[in-house]
Amino acid sequence: VTRDAHSAATRAVREHYSRVLAALAAQFRDVAAAEDALSESLVAALQQWPASGVPDNPAAWLLTVARRRLIDHRRRQSLDDAARERIAQDFDAISEEPEMEDKRLHLLFACAHPAIEEKVRAPLMLQVVLGLEASEIAALFLMPPAAMAQRLVRAKQKIRDAAIPFRIPSPEDYPERLGFVLMAIYALFCVGYNATVVPNGPRDDRDSPSFDALWLGQLVVALSDRDPEALGLLSLMLFVESRRDARRDAQGRYIPLSEQTPSLWDFEAIRRANALLKEAANKVAPGRFQIEAAVQSVHAARAQSGETDWASILTFYDALLASTPTPVVLINRALAISHVQGIDAALEETRSLDDDPRIAGYQPYWAARAHLLAKAGRNDEAERAYARAIALESDPAVREFLQTERSRLSN
Amino acid sequence: MMTAEPVAPPDPREISMKYMLLIYDQESFFDTLPEKQMGELMTAFGSFTEALQKSGAFVAGHRLSPVSTATTVRKGTKDMQVADGPFAETKEQLGGFYMIEAPDLDAALKWAKQCPGAWYGAVEVRPIHPNAAS
Repeated sequence: VTRDAHSAATRAVREHYSRVLAALAAQFRDVAAAEDALSESLVAALQQWPASGVPDNPAAWLLTVARRRLIDHRRRQSLDDAARERIAQDFDAISEEPEMEDKRLHLLFACAHPAIEEKVRAPLMLQVVLGLEASEIAALFLMPPAAMAQRLVRAKQKIRDAAIPFRIPSPEDYPERLGFVLMAIYALFCVGYNATVVPNGPRDDRDSPSFDALWLGQLVVALSDRDPEALGLLSLMLFVESRRDARRDAQGRYIPLSEQTPSLWDFEAIRRANALLKEAANKVAPGRFQIEAAVQSVHAARAQSGETDWASILTFYDALLASTPTPVVLINRALAISHVQGIDAALEETRSLDDDPRIAGYQPYWAARAHLLAKAGRNDEAERAYARAIALESDPAVREFLQTERSRLSN
Repeated sequence: MMTAEPVAPPDPREISMKYMLLIYDQESFFDTLPEKQMGELMTAFGSFTEALQKSGAFVAGHRLSPVSTATTVRKGTKDMQVADGPFAETKEQLGGFYMIEAPDLDAALKWAKQCPGAWYGAVEVRPIHPNAAS
C-alpha cells in the first residue's frame, strides 16, 4: 500500500463525509447514530481502499456500509421480535441504488432549528459537516471540551427525540430558518476571524474556521438556489477575508480598518465579493447580510478612490437599524455619523446605549465610545471608556492598540 | 465485493410522533376577563379542537380545574404524604393540555402556534417518550 493510495483514500473520505452523513441522518432521523455508523464505515474504507483503490462511487460505498451497520445496530437494540422482524425486512428490501440525494442543506436546517439552543447551532453544523471531534470544536469556541461535548450530545438527542425534521422548511418559514443557518455560519466565521491570528506563526488558512465558514457559505449559496441573503453573507465574509493580511503589521500589531494599507487587500476576493453582492441586489430582496456586505463594499472602494464614502455607509446603517436594531448596529452607525455629522452628533447617538445592560460587557461599544470621546477632547471620560474596553478585550494585539490610543490622550 | 443494498427510506407520513401541548398561564388572567371575551376564547378552543380532530391529529385534550383544586402526593420521610396545593408554587400554572399526533416537531409547533393558549400564556411542546407503552 503506497502513501499515495492512503492519502487518496483519506481525501475521498473527507470529501464525501458530509454528504454521506446527511443522507444517513435524514433517513434515520438520528445524527448521533449516523455519525457512529459512518465512522465504522470510514474505518472499513481506510482499511480497504488503500489496497483495492478508491471505488468509482465512494459516497455510495460509504453509505451502503454505514446503512448496513446502522440497521444492524437497530436490530440488535430493539427488544421486541416484531420490530426486529420489520427491521430485517427493511434491510432485505433491496432495490436499485437510487441517486444519492444531497441532504446537506436539510441537515443544516435541522442543526439550526429554533428548537436547538442557539449557542450550539454553529458548533453542531461544524461537526456534522466536517466530522470534527467535540474537543476540536470546543477549542475553536473557547469552551471546555466536556461542556461542548455535552451540548452537542444533547442537541443531537433533541433532534432525534423531538423529531426535528430534516427538511427544507415551508415557504412561510424558509426565510427565517435560512436566516438561522446563515447566522450560525457567520458566528463560525467570526470565531475564526477572532481566533486565527497568530503573528508570524504558520498560517494555513485551510485549517481555520473562517475557511470552513466560507466553504459552508458557498455550499448554502449553491443549495439554496442562490438565495439573496446567502449571497450577501458569502459576499460579506469575502470582504472581511480580503483584509486578512492588512489587519496586522509585521510585528502582529492590530491595525484598524481606517489605517490599513489598501494595497495589502486581496483584490480577487473583493472582486468576487462585489460580484456576489451585485447578483444578490438584482434579486431585489434586501436583508441584513446584503446591507452589511454593502457597507464593506464601500470600505473596499477606498482602494480606488482613496477615501471612504461615509454618507453611503450611514445610509446603509440607517437601513440596518430599521431591520436589526442591535447595539452593534447602533455603535457602527454612530461611528458613521461622526464622519458625516460630527463627533457631538455621534456621541449623542451612543448616549441612548449607556444604560443598556447588553453593552456593559461589550468591548466594541467601549472602544468606539472611547475613540469618539477622545476626538471630542473629553479626555477624562475617554480615559474611563478606554479602561473598560481594555479590560474587556481578550486579544493582546487589540489590547495593545487600545493602550497606545489611551496613552495619546495626554498629548 | 460490495453490492448496492439500499433500503427504502421510511415514509415520513408513516412515522408518527405523539406530542403534548402543555398550556401554561396565569389563572388570575381568567378572573379579570370579561364574560364576552371568555366566551370568545372558549369558542376559539372549540374550533381548535375541531381542527385537530378533523385532521386526525387529536388524541386527547382537556382544560384543568384551577390549582386551588390540586392535591399533591409525595414520598415523605416515612410514608406517602398528601398535601393541599400544586407540586410547586409557580407564577404560571398548567391550565390544560392536548395530546396530538404529528409527523415531526415542525408539524407539532404549527399546531401549538394555532392553539389559543399561546395567545395569553405559553404552550410547551413535549414529545411523548418513544418507549412509552402505546
